[in-house]
Amino acid sequence: MNHPLLQVRDLRVDFGRHTALRDVSFDLFRSETMALVGESGSGKSTLARAILRLVGAAQGRVEFMGLDLLRIPASQLRAQRRNLQIVFQDPLASLDPRMSVGEAIAEPLRIFEPTLTAAERSRRVAAMLERVGLSAGLAGRYPHEFSGGQCQRIGIARAMVLHPSLLICDEAVSSLDVSIQGQILNLLLDLQREAGMTMLFITHNLAVARQLSHRVMVMYLGRLVEIASCDALFAAPVHPYTRALLAAVPQIPPLAAAAPAARGERAVPDVTASGCAFRDRCPYALRVCETTDPPLLEVAPGQWAACHRSHETLNPLS
Amino acid sequence: MVATLRIDELSVSFAHRTGTAAAVDGVSLCIAPAECVGVVGESGSGKTQLFLAVMGLAGNAKVSGSIRFQGEELLGAAAPAINRVRGSKLTMMFQDPMTSLTPHLSIGTQLAEVVVCHLGRSWGEARIAAGRMLERVRIPEPQRRLNQYPHELSGGMRQRVMLAMSLLCEPALVIADEPTSALDVTIQAQIIGLLRAVRGEAGTALALISHDLAVVAGLADRILVMYAGRIVEHGAAAELFRQPRHPYTAGLLECVPSLSGPRLARLPTLAGQPPRPGEALQGCSFAPRCPRAADRCRSERPVLTGASTRQVACHFPLA
Repeated sequence: MNHPLLQVRDLRVDFGRHTALRDVSFDLFRSETMALVGESGSGKSTLARAILRLVGAAQGRVEFMGLDLLRIPASQLRAQRRNLQIVFQDPLASLDPRMSVGEAIAEPLRIFEPTLTAAERSRRVAAMLERVGLSAGLAGRYPHEFSGGQCQRIGIARAMVLHPSLLICDEAVSSLDVSIQGQILNLLLDLQREAGMTMLFITHNLAVARQLSHRVMVMYLGRLVEIASCDALFAAPVHPYTRALLAAVPQIPPLAAAAPAARGERAVPDVTASGCAFRDRCPYALRVCETTDPPLLEVAPGQWAACHRSHETLNPLS
Repeated sequence: MVATLRIDELSVSFAHRTGTAAAVDGVSLCIAPAECVGVVGESGSGKTQLFLAVMGLAGNAKVSGSIRFQGEELLGAAAPAINRVRGSKLTMMFQDPMTSLTPHLSIGTQLAEVVVCHLGRSWGEARIAAGRMLERVRIPEPQRRLNQYPHELSGGMRQRVMLAMSLLCEPALVIADEPTSALDVTIQAQIIGLLRAVRGEAGTALALISHDLAVVAGLADRILVMYAGRIVEHGAAAELFRQPRHPYTAGLLECVPSLSGPRLARLPTLAGQPPRPGEALQGCSFAPRCPRAADRCRSERPVLTGASTRQVACHFPLA
């Protein structure tokens, strides 16, 4: 396998007394699409922000193209930003309402490619608009004149205009209607294949993750509980939380028998807590789950899980 | 048998600078006692406005047509007549459980108030009823919750409180507008299970509004599909999912990404986007996005036709 584009090691983020992320370690390889799934409050967005150094990390390493993003000086970080782009959930809120969409897409070019002439810049903007499925003639319009799906296309155009090596999509299709969602996912798939781009795709929607990704990471209360190839994760999930999550997704036609879902609700993340964060809701919890935090271990080739019973749960549990 | 809710030719329109925009355009529907009817559609399809009009909460919109609840006309009725049923026999729970509870009143007070106002009980009795109802919606430690405030509860628990509130006066119909859309998927599964149980226990009719076809699939007996303010298809849930007849329903079902079946190189999509409200369209409002559209679709608006249990508004429905 090739060298990872992004290596995250032991990343930890604290907000006051609360730990939002801890012991997060993973590799992201070139041209790979990694989905990051989990429920609200699990730390998905915090991880994205910590990688981009939009929130400070308490400890850990984020190595990107040989640089530790958490420790390089601000000037060097700024230069790296062109290689690391992000698309946010709310397409309208992430565009400046007083800036025409053409100006919004041109702004990264102004900053990172200042030698471009105005004509070259507008040519690049026009090409990018066409590439995301909008007419180049719309460059003079303002965000409020576009629908949610169109605004998301504009957000993607702005992120892609510098040809970043890593694109992070934070719930980029979650606010869109299902008929529009597919259009945006196809656009991302095309861009990813054409440009060989690496993508970290954050979503709470498991079915979307399944369609889009090569590998999937599952997060629960600030920890990665499972990492596996997309096929393995959906066919043979190991962690009880992954299983509960998959069982809870409503399906058409509805599933006849109710699978064992997670009991209760998630707790508030607590630094001082020992043991597995999922144990109170877990149908398989043992005494050891209360005292010892299960480490993320490779339980099958390429499949990692943080569960004391992972070797059992590979087979169906009674 | 008198229908719990019968709506005839209901239209809801808003005035704007250049004219009026119809959010709901001539919708008729009927909900029988103890029935669960799902109303699906994408944002802007008019599904929420339709039921806000039923609740008399359409604000400054112009509402016309007829809304009969247990045989009694609500549209144009005097305020005391509406207030007799609204909040007691006819209730609504909303998507966002945080903004639909009053932040400065305890859960117990908010629940008891409903019983005091609608059933004329004393506050003491009402509080006991409130505690019992919290137990019925399976909130852990119900007595403690009575003294807590909305911000102390999780989203899932707040939605259980909303459901408890809408059930306090043994309603004939609960309207649930995206009741699980703001919740995590494991909590969503719990609330869907709860709604299913409540229906079974009390014989309450349920109107379930959602953009999520899969959520509706797990609960509804019948489904109405809305597009651009109109009902485009209607049928028994299982049949509608197995054999959609309107190209929009079929397209929508195809677009829902699945957890089973093959992974696809490209996701199915519906081209284009829904018309903006007020956008004048001759003919079928889905025609610009429809793979089956012909000249007739662009000139003549299709009406809902078929047997009363299976209707479709399309000139060229799927077989």
